[in-house]
Amino acid sequence: MTAAPLIEVEDLRIDLDDGAKHVAAVEGVSFRIDRGETFGLVGESGCGKSITALALIGLLRRPLSVAAGAIRFEGREIQGLSAAEQRALRGNRIAMIFQEPMTALNPVSPVGRQIAEMFVLHKGKSWREADQLAVEALANVRVPAPERRVKDYPHQLSGGMRQRVMIAIALACDPDLLIADEPTTALDVTVQAEIIELMRNLCAERGTAILMISHDLGLVANVCRRVGVMYAGRIVEERGSDDIFRACAHPYTQGLVDSLPRLGSRAALGRSRLREIAGVVPAITDFPSGCRFNPRCARATEICRATAPETTWLDAGGLVRCHHHA
Amino acid sequence: MRLGTSAIIGGVLFALAIFVGLFAPWLAHTDPVMGANLMNAEEPPSWTWWFGTDAQGRDIYSRVVHGARISLTVGIVSQLVNSVIGVTLGLTAGYWGGWWDDFVNGLTNLMLAIPSLIFALAIMAVLGPGLTSLLIALGLTNWSFTCRIARASTLSLKSQGYVQAARVLGYGDLRIMITQLLPNMVGPIIVIGTLGMGGAVLAEASLSFLGLGIRPPYPSWGSMLSEARDQITTAPWLSVFPGLAIFLTVLGLNLLGDGLRDVLDPQSRSRRS
Ligand SMILES: Nc1ncnc2c1ncn2[C@@H]1O[C@H](COP(=O)(O)OP(=O)(O)OP(=O)(O)O)[C@@H](O)[C@H]1O
Ligand code: SF4
Ligand SMILES: [Mg+2]
Repeated sequence: MTAAPLIEVEDLRIDLDDGAKHVAAVEGVSFRIDRGETFGLVGESGCGKSITALALIGLLRRPLSVAAGAIRFEGREIQGLSAAEQRALRGNRIAMIFQEPMTALNPVSPVGRQIAEMFVLHKGKSWREADQLAVEALANVRVPAPERRVKDYPHQLSGGMRQRVMIAIALACDPDLLIADEPTTALDVTVQAEIIELMRNLCAERGTAILMISHDLGLVANVCRRVGVMYAGRIVEERGSDDIFRACAHPYTQGLVDSLPRLGSRAALGRSRLREIAGVVPAITDFPSGCRFNPRCARATEICRATAPETTWLDAGGLVRCHHHA
Repeated sequence: MRLGTSAIIGGVLFALAIFVGLFAPWLAHTDPVMGANLMNAEEPPSWTWWFGTDAQGRDIYSRVVHGARISLTVGIVSQLVNSVIGVTLGLTAGYWGGWWDDFVNGLTNLMLAIPSLIFALAIMAVLGPGLTSLLIALGLTNWSFTCRIARASTLSLKSQGYVQAARVLGYGDLRIMITQLLPNMVGPIIVIGTLGMGGAVLAEASLSFLGLGIRPPYPSWGSMLSEARDQITTAPWLSVFPGLAIFLTVLGLNLLGDGLRDVLDPQSRSRRS
C-alpha cells in the first residue's frame, strides 16, 4: 500500500491582485511530502517560496490569493476547511518557524508562557499542566536551566536561544509537518549549524516531516532528502539532494551549484548567500514570456522565448522544466 | 524603569487623594451632611475648624474629605468605562478593518466634534442629577482619544512578527487581541487614562457646579463650589478649599500622566530592548 502523502500540492497558482495589476506570483507548483520526509524549496529572493508556504497553512491574505490548484493535507483540501478547522491545524498539525527570532516572540510575555499557550490552545491543558510542559519543551530544545528560563522575556535571550524557543513552540504540539522558512538566516554561522542540527534531530526523533525554505542550496541539500528549485514562481527542477550536485538538469540549478564554494565541505554549509548568477531576477510584474529564465540563460534559443517548457520526468527520478535540459 | 520627578509628585498627590477618599470616615471630624450646628455658622478657618464652616455650621474640612470619595469615584469609574469602550472599539476596528472600522471612525469623529462636556450635559439633562447618571454621562463621552490610540497601536502592531506568528500558530482573533495586541499597548492607554481621569474629576465638578451632578447637601467638590457661589466675598474659605482639592487632584493626575508617558513611551521602550 502506498500511503497517501502527508501534504500534496498540485498545480498551485497564487495571484497577486492589488486592483491595479493582476499577476500570477506562483504558477504550476506541485510537490508532495510524505510522513517524516524532508523536502526543501530553494530559490532567489522573491521567487515565491514564502507565499507558497503561507498558502499551505491557509494564511494568504489580500492582495494574494490561491487562484487555482489543490493543497491537500492528509488527503483533505485545505481550502475547503472552515476557519476553525484551519486554526486547529495551524500550530498543532502544521507548525512553522521563521527567519526573525527577534520579532517572532511577544516582547511583553515570558517565553514559558508563550510555549504554554500552545498546550492550552491546542491540547486543552490547564495552565498548571501547560506551564509544566513548557519547562519540558524548553529542556527538549537544549536550553540550559529551563525552569528559570521560562520566566525570561525574549529580550533577555540571545538570538540562538530565541530561535530554540521558537522551535520549542513550533514542536510543542508534536506537529506532523514543520515548515522552516529561512530559519537561520539571521543567526551567526556557528549558531546556524547548531540550530539546524537541533531541528533535524528533533524532527527525526518524532517523525515530523520538514519543509525547509531557503535561498541556500547547500544548506537545504544538507538537511533535505529532496529539493525543489524555484525560479520566478515556478518549480524548475525537483531532484533528490544527492543527484542535484552530481547531475542537475536545469541551467538555473547549475548556476546555483556553481555559485557554491567547495561543494559539500563543512565550510560550505555555513555559507548563507548565493553568489549572483549573471543578470537579475525579473520583477513579478514583468516576467518574460516563454521560459522565465531565458534572459539569463546561456542555453536559451528561440523556443525558450516563445513557449514555456513543459515538465519532463527524468529517468534518474525527479523532474525538470527546460527545453534544453541536460 | 526610571520615574521622573513629575511622575513622583503627581503620584504622591494622587495617592494622597486616594488615601483621603478611602479613610474619609476616620479622617473627618464631623458628619459631612448631618453635622450641622447653626451655633457654629460661617466660622473662618481656625484650630477647631481647619477649613472653616458654612452657613449651616457644617465643618468644611470634613466635607472636603468626604468629597474626595465622590470626586474620585466619578473620576476613576467613569474613566475605566471610557478606557474599556475606547480599547474595545479601537482594537477591533484596527484589527478587523472594513465597514466596522469605518463605523467606529465615524463615531469617534462625531464624539470629537462635540465637546464631551456638552454631550455629558445633554445626557445628564435626560437622566436627571445623581451619582449614577454622572457615571453614565462621563463614562460614555470621553473614550475617543483612547479609541484612536488603541486603533493606531493595533494598526502598527498588526504587522509585527509576533502577531503574524500567532496567526500561524493557530491563535484565534480574540486570543491574538488579548495576548499579543493589548499587552503591547497598555502604556499609552494608561497615560491617556490618567489624563482622562483628571478631566473627569474636573467634569464632575463642572456638572455639579451647574447643579446637574451631585446635588447638595451631599458633598462633592463641585457641589460645594456651587453652594459657596453666593458667599465668595463674605466667606471665601467655602470656595477656596474645595477648589484647592480639585486643583491639586487634577494637577497630580496630569503630572502623573505626563511622567508615565516618558516611562511607558513605546518608542523609548523598543530602544531599550
Ligand atoms: N503581501 C504582499 N503583497 C504584495 N506582494 C507580495 C506580498 N507578499 C509577497 N509578495 C510578492 O510575492 C512575491 C513572492 O514573495 P515571497 O515572499 O514568497 O518570496 P520569497 O521567495 O519568500 O523571497 P525571500 O527569499 O526574500 O523570502 C514577491 O515578488 C513579493 O514581492
Ligand atoms: S527553457 Fe531555455 S531559457 Fe529556460 S532554462 Fe531551459 S534552456 Fe534556459
Ligand atoms: Mg521568504
